[in-house]
Amino acid sequence: MISIQTADFDVGTEYQSLRASGAGTGAVVTFSGLVRDSGDLSGVTGLFLEHYPGMTEQVIQGLIDEASQRWHVRQARVIHRVGRLALSDQIVFVGVCSAHRGDAFEACAFIMDALKTTAPFWKKEISGDDEHWVEQKTSDVERSQTWG
Amino acid sequence: MTDATLTIRFFARLREELGTESLQLPATPDQTVGGLLAELASRGGSWAQLQGDQPVMVAVNQAMARPSTPVNAGDEVAFFPPVTGG
Repeated sequence: MISIQTADFDVGTEYQSLRASGAGTGAVVTFSGLVRDSGDLSGVTGLFLEHYPGMTEQVIQGLIDEASQRWHVRQARVIHRVGRLALSDQIVFVGVCSAHRGDAFEACAFIMDALKTTAPFWKKEISGDDEHWVEQKTSDVERSQTWG
Repeated sequence: MTDATLTIRFFARLREELGTESLQLPATPDQTVGGLLAELASRGGSWAQLQGDQPVMVAVNQAMARPSTPVNAGDEVAFFPPVTGG
């Protein structure tokens, strides 16, 4: 399931929901991404996140489908927030449950790495009165490419 | 019958710098993404950046596209900078 929302999310609730995916589930891996105080700018005080409604959900569904073909995935959950966010706020959640940890770890990392370079979201850093649209990182692209 | 226009959308830095969120253009025969980019860039000013040094991504009907991708009446064409979510 995919949610793009302005509201915050609760990792505990999401974990319990993945845990309840059935007796065949032996592993749950979750990732949370937070707003950090330094990026392209130093002294970041917040972020603004924009997305392309419709396309974003389609792209993420494609990543979940691809992960499900490559690994054993019983259920995958992606939440991404948009709008104004403050320091340490949660931005993104990826949770995957599987029979075994290896599949869960890899599928979770793949979805997150590929989301960063293919899902149409854009981050603007805010530092006091300064605003700056974040540039795509070569390291993120290279990391995403390692999945082949 | 499809609408004889194209819907063009801009996101993030491009939306702000062009001062435009979306616009309608008449659809013409044998149009491509590359031709559309050149047409918009020829407006000059901040529009010239559509063919400048910074990469511009494009999606046709919400699927990633390339300069040779054909564009037909009723299509939604979106231009945006490389994505930076997560």
